[in-house]
Amino acid sequence: MTDEIRTVVRDHARLAVDVDSLSDDTDLYQAGMTSHASVNVMLALENAFDVEFPDHMLNRSVFESVSAIRHAIERVQEGIA
Amino acid sequence: MTVRVGIDLVDVDDIRQALAAHGQRYLERVFTPGEIADCGGPSAPRPDRLAARFAAKEAAFKALRCSDVLVFQEIEVVTDARGAPTLALHGRTAALAATGRRVELDVSLTHERDLAAAVVAITTLEPEGAPA
Repeated sequence: MTDEIRTVVRDHARLAVDVDSLSDDTDLYQAGMTSHASVNVMLALENAFDVEFPDHMLNRSVFESVSAIRHAIERVQEGIA
Repeated sequence: MTVRVGIDLVDVDDIRQALAAHGQRYLERVFTPGEIADCGGPSAPRPDRLAARFAAKEAAFKALRCSDVLVFQEIEVVTDARGAPTLALHGRTAALAATGRRVELDVSLTHERDLAAAVVAITTLEPEGAPA
């Protein structure tokens, strides 16, 4: 899952640096992701993992790192979001 | 009385690329039906006008001090009878805004071919931290 998340981040987050140079816990907003780019990331994640993030999960903190995104997807997939 | 302001600048090309990548899903997750109608409709959305509205949403989140929120439909740019833009708040954002004695919410939009910007000002009767 982490590799797929990194692919989505690479293609849609428009970071100032290569995502492969970042750890799973690096703050993606600090790495250059804007709020608008995070919308693109969210939509691309929904496509890649066939999920839909509910409105109450649409916070910057949910998309702030690769590990936070993985945790959020797992919650949605397990139906506990 | 307290005045809080928020400002945001958007690259119109970011909107063009999001429309190309995600199409209708992007429009419907970020903008309200009224905003989409004001920006050319779902079949021919104008990226410059959408960019100005996205800037207004971000500016409003900043002015409201709730920039963690990514539910952009909760901030809606509504055009009044004179053609001037105003803001309508919905959902969590409206609830957050209601915690202060807000008396006025103003927005100004601008866009050129490549860039769009917005400024939002919120005037409240109580100073920061005072009970409403």
